[in-house]
Amino acid sequence: MLFAIGAVGVITRRNVIVIFMSVEIMLNAGNLAFIAIANHHGNMNGHAIVLFVMTVAAAEAAIGLAVILAMFRNYETVRADEIGLLRY
Amino acid sequence: MSEPVFYGFAALTLLSAVAVVGLRNPVHCALALIAHLFLIAVSFAFLGAHLMAALQIIIYAGAVVVLFLFVIMLLNLGADPGDRSGPGLIAAAVTAAAAMGGVVGVVVWRAVSVAEPAGRGLAREEGFGSTVEFARYLFREHVVAFELTSVLLLVAVVGAVVMARRDPDEAEG
Repeated sequence: MLFAIGAVGVITRRNVIVIFMSVEIMLNAGNLAFIAIANHHGNMNGHAIVLFVMTVAAAEAAIGLAVILAMFRNYETVRADEIGLLRY
Repeated sequence: MSEPVFYGFAALTLLSAVAVVGLRNPVHCALALIAHLFLIAVSFAFLGAHLMAALQIIIYAGAVVVLFLFVIMLLNLGADPGDRSGPGLIAAAVTAAAAMGGVVGVVVWRAVSVAEPAGRGLAREEGFGSTVEFARYLFREHVVAFELTSVLLLVAVVGAVVMARRDPDEAEG
């Protein structure tokens, strides 16, 4: 359910920052599923995986926001549909 | 831990997620995201993962959202009326996401119902969810991954700095 809402956000918004937040929601949905199943099984491996997901999410947020900054500097926009070039 | 409270928090979590996707102003979205992350942390605590709940608040609500707000304010973003896609695309997105969520939900449901449950606190190991037990799992079974994440974070930081940096020539000119 959370995953679905995040997916809707990724598809429908054009502001890349909001798209990013939607991706975070999807990651959190995965984390919640991991924790729930770990609780269900009484097995803590899921907790370790969640820790790694959090780490990767933090790294991804740092990289992504750096990309957004560079993009805004070059194009003066944060609309995902106005960016068509992958090279500068 | 009463179930109605848990479901109440779950409903609030979904509501805040809808708010993140639906609000127009990016700053409001970021604030809704903070609420959402706190509510997820509450769910973690309900599910016995207290360390994860604390880490969720520190890492996400503390670091990641601050990063988001920082960039939003740096770019001086306001509400963008043209931000939203057309109704056709929204309908298609909701349909696709519902199908995807259905598939994921069925898979998770099967995984939960097929597997042998640990029993409500019966077969569960002593100290489930405690930091000690967590450290045991982390450093016995996931040591390599743990060390790799440190390299990953270093690479991410260096990459972020390189990308966000102004070109020296450009800055002068």
